[in-house]
Amino acid sequence: MEEFDMSATPHIITPAQIQSKLTEALQAVFVEAKDMSDGCGAKFEILTVSPTFEGKSLLQRHRAVNAALAKELEHIHAITLKCLTPTQWDETKKCQPDT
Amino acid sequence: MQALSVSSRGFMRATRQFVAKAPASAPCATSRRLSASCMLRLSPASNLAAAARRSFASSPPPGNEDSHDDFKPQRSSPPADLDGAIKMIAEQVKKHQIMLYMKGTPARPQCGFSAQAVRILHASGVDFDSVNVLDYPMIREGVKKYSEWPTVPQLFVGGEFVGGCDIMTSLFQSGELAQILEESAKKQQKEGESAP
Repeated sequence: MEEFDMSATPHIITPAQIQSKLTEALQAVFVEAKDMSDGCGAKFEILTVSPTFEGKSLLQRHRAVNAALAKELEHIHAITLKCLTPTQWDETKKCQPDT
Repeated sequence: MQALSVSSRGFMRATRQFVAKAPASAPCATSRRLSASCMLRLSPASNLAAAARRSFASSPPPGNEDSHDDFKPQRSSPPADLDGAIKMIAEQVKKHQIMLYMKGTPARPQCGFSAQAVRILHASGVDFDSVNVLDYPMIREGVKKYSEWPTVPQLFVGGEFVGGCDIMTSLFQSGELAQILEESAKKQQKEGESAP
């Protein structure tokens, strides 16, 4: 399947954009952004792992991600967020049978 | 009575006026959730019919035009601007202990995330009030500004923003949501006891 040239449609948010924004803004050690809208950039599932989440409530973590993606959120219709500290993330990895 | 509250309240108020002389078995139970589904069963989807019913219910029954204002249905019109909406939201979340701003209604959600939020509240066994933001664009924008949160659904407990669907799910799974709801119920009970 040929690569669609995303630069031709700058208003569509890409997972890569989200990943770089969050890595920069929250010193994230791991970011996984999945486009759930089949490439339309309208709906994302975002997993963010960052040490800055340590000691913060769920609400504070989500707000931090929202703030970092403030500009992108104007164009995204729906997001599902998972915000973990590196420790929590290691624990979830342990539970997965394949890894 | 606000037109914006759970739509069942409007229906209940309206039926009270003309079931006063009717037998005790009114069609709707007092439970909000049952009333909500009752309202939806009896009402067609069209806004026109709902509006016609509302206007019928909001005028005093014939021969009763001089009934006291206290007994007439109170209706506040939907907010005309964002500031009005934000003010209304502040009052709503204070007035209703558990308040969910969602797309659609609890009996008929119109978004997967809102549906999940409703399921979680049902599973938590609590009565809650909701507003269908799809019906009120000003509230839809206002609630996002009020809580500084970009998406709907939004859950408020005891006047405080708790979170959206993801947060509710996490809190539910960890048991924290049950704690939050229990604390708010205790607080409400205390306030009820101390009130004259």
